[in-house]
Amino acid sequence: MPGPDLIVRNVLWQDELVSLWIGQGVIQRLAPPDEPSSEGEQLHGGGALLLPGLIDAHVHLREPGFEYKEDIASGLEAAVRGGFSAVLAMANTSPVNDSAAVTSFMRDRAAAAHPLGPRLHPVGALTKGLAGLELAPLAELAEAGCVAFSNDGMPVANPDLFRRAMEYASDLGLVVIDHCEDPVLAEGASMNEGRFSGLLGLKGQPVVAESMQVARDILLAEYLDLPIHLAHISCRQSVELIRWAKVRGVRVSAETCPHYLLWTEEMVQGYNTLAKVNPPLRTDDDVLTLRQAVREGVIDILVTDHAPHADHEKEVPMDEAPNGISGLDTALSLSWKLVREGVLSPQDLCALWSARPGALFSLPVNRFQPGDPADFILFNPDLEWTVTPETLRSKGKNTPCLGQTLPGRVVAHGIAGKILFS
Amino acid sequence: MLWPHKDLLCISQLTAAEILYVFQMARRFAEINTRPVKKVPTLKGKSVILFFVEPSTRTKTSFDIAGKRLSADTYSLAASSSSLRKGENLKDSALTLQAMHPDALVLRHHQSGAGEFLARRLSCSVINAGDGWHAHPTQALLDGFTLSEVWGDDMTGKTVLIVGDIAHSRVARSDVLLFTALGARVRICAPRTLLPAGVRQWPVEVFADLTEACKGVDAVICLRLQLERQKAGLLPDLREYARTYGLGAGHLNKANPGVLVMHPGPMNRGVEIDAALADAENSLILDQVSAGVATRMALLFLFLTRKDAPDQGDVRSDQTESRQPQSPLLQED
Repeated sequence: MPGPDLIVRNVLWQDELVSLWIGQGVIQRLAPPDEPSSEGEQLHGGGALLLPGLIDAHVHLREPGFEYKEDIASGLEAAVRGGFSAVLAMANTSPVNDSAAVTSFMRDRAAAAHPLGPRLHPVGALTKGLAGLELAPLAELAEAGCVAFSNDGMPVANPDLFRRAMEYASDLGLVVIDHCEDPVLAEGASMNEGRFSGLLGLKGQPVVAESMQVARDILLAEYLDLPIHLAHISCRQSVELIRWAKVRGVRVSAETCPHYLLWTEEMVQGYNTLAKVNPPLRTDDDVLTLRQAVREGVIDILVTDHAPHADHEKEVPMDEAPNGISGLDTALSLSWKLVREGVLSPQDLCALWSARPGALFSLPVNRFQPGDPADFILFNPDLEWTVTPETLRSKGKNTPCLGQTLPGRVVAHGIAGKILFS
Repeated sequence: MLWPHKDLLCISQLTAAEILYVFQMARRFAEINTRPVKKVPTLKGKSVILFFVEPSTRTKTSFDIAGKRLSADTYSLAASSSSLRKGENLKDSALTLQAMHPDALVLRHHQSGAGEFLARRLSCSVINAGDGWHAHPTQALLDGFTLSEVWGDDMTGKTVLIVGDIAHSRVARSDVLLFTALGARVRICAPRTLLPAGVRQWPVEVFADLTEACKGVDAVICLRLQLERQKAGLLPDLREYARTYGLGAGHLNKANPGVLVMHPGPMNRGVEIDAALADAENSLILDQVSAGVATRMALLFLFLTRKDAPDQGDVRSDQTESRQPQSPLLQED
């Protein structure tokens, strides 16, 4: 075996100090921290936590079409700093990613802006123009490099069309990601329907707007014996349905976001548009249920649903504000809050942010076994940082975390054995 | 009393003592409205912008008259004649108006929270003249003032019933806060489709049957039914609504003697309220209109003459007092 190109020394992996030997872009081995080597570049980890490069299976990078909110370069820069080695970019761009030309454009822009990574994996539109009327050319999109299909942001109301999309996608070996929302029940909502929406005089989105579609998708998946991935689950009812489906052997997987595990609808008080997100932040009961579901694997993965917006778009009354929280910069710190609170373990983070999304979307994953892709981050959980517009790499400064001090910082990031920053 | 508030956004920010102080001031100003010359120089040199993004007749006119009777200069602006029509956003419109150095901006807006949105950004006082479904504090204050003129300020032992579209009513939310703050019991009555989420946790009794709801009440406030509720699928038709929730003489037979009838207007006669009832002796509907002018005079006086009023100074330093304390509607049971 050739010698290492890079040795990352003195890092903490599963409570042991180790050094990470990397050669030709892959993991060679984990070695004792002081094992000598005259070869390779040396990076001193200073006892930081060694984690695999994270995979975010749900981001909106806004390019093409909305570069003033985010572009692929700035989005991937936020990904780098946030610890993500790969992201799945949703199709609600302008033009919509419903053609090979757009898919190729996105991949080319990513390669040009960040040749070392992170890797951008486009998610193709499920229907043309996300209109929910006709299937998009899914084979063409798959051939161009899409790794999944979704109408995220524009849920497909027509169950027959949705069924056909699942069937057609299955022939291509790719999963459908569904934004579970009944568009009629959810129409015009600015927040969760409940005590606070009644008080604030805002139209609320009832939890059944989500869970009815979750039920529909589960029943279709069972009937068709096909996989379905359910996006950004936010409420107890949906969790209970997913749990039920998994017990029955339905091929369902699901994701949620750190904000649904940490914050409730109370965050919207004072008409805080930074906390306006879809699905909306729910109640304490939903947060507790989701935490348990994530711990138990009923919810399979964490995603950011990174949804950057320009300041002026959020600086409007609540009803006018677009939905979305910018998440790539803060996701790992927010996840670490959950570790500190005893909700998750560091091993859970590896599974939720790397191993399982990699398995779901057939992406290479680093488990620190010889031959694994050398995508890794060093994370110092003792560093604290204050979230300000200046500390966010994303163009989107729209996060309720603004002004908060968060735990943990990514101090180095390597992809395929190349150090992006340290 | 030193008036501590920069803005009036929601009744929840006022203590009971402050509400009664507004009544006390309104009583004094009501007298001016009965003079042959209805003008005093109290607010001479002050300027008030009436920024009514949503159409309004009575509230806007009421504020306009209130300001002019106190010798303030009032400037009316409607959405149709403002830069909002040209696509300018609310923040930029408001900042533009502020650059003209008004002392107060009275805002009517179709979106909940619009008043709070502007109050955070403007150094002048912002008075919420109705924001979406959220709050209409000056209407609640005039409703309270109207009843206090009959009952006195202590409303303990009185029961007020609010009938109609509670879900979409900023008046209902503000009235509930005000009357409970003053010690009255509040009932609401509406079909479930017109009740807001979480209403069971409000400090009110909820009824679906109007006859039951009227038993033993001392005042009934009928709310205007927006006719598009039928199209939105919340009601079968207006006839059925009128039959079920339109206030009639029969309902009032169950109420306490001397029961009073109110309506914030504009009324749909024969829908929310029997036409004859609206004009009956126990109707306070026109008294509410008169009280509106006096109450708004009181409010303009309080907000424009408060001792620590900034002279277009540091907006941030005023933010804390604009913040609303937690609403009584959110307190644990």
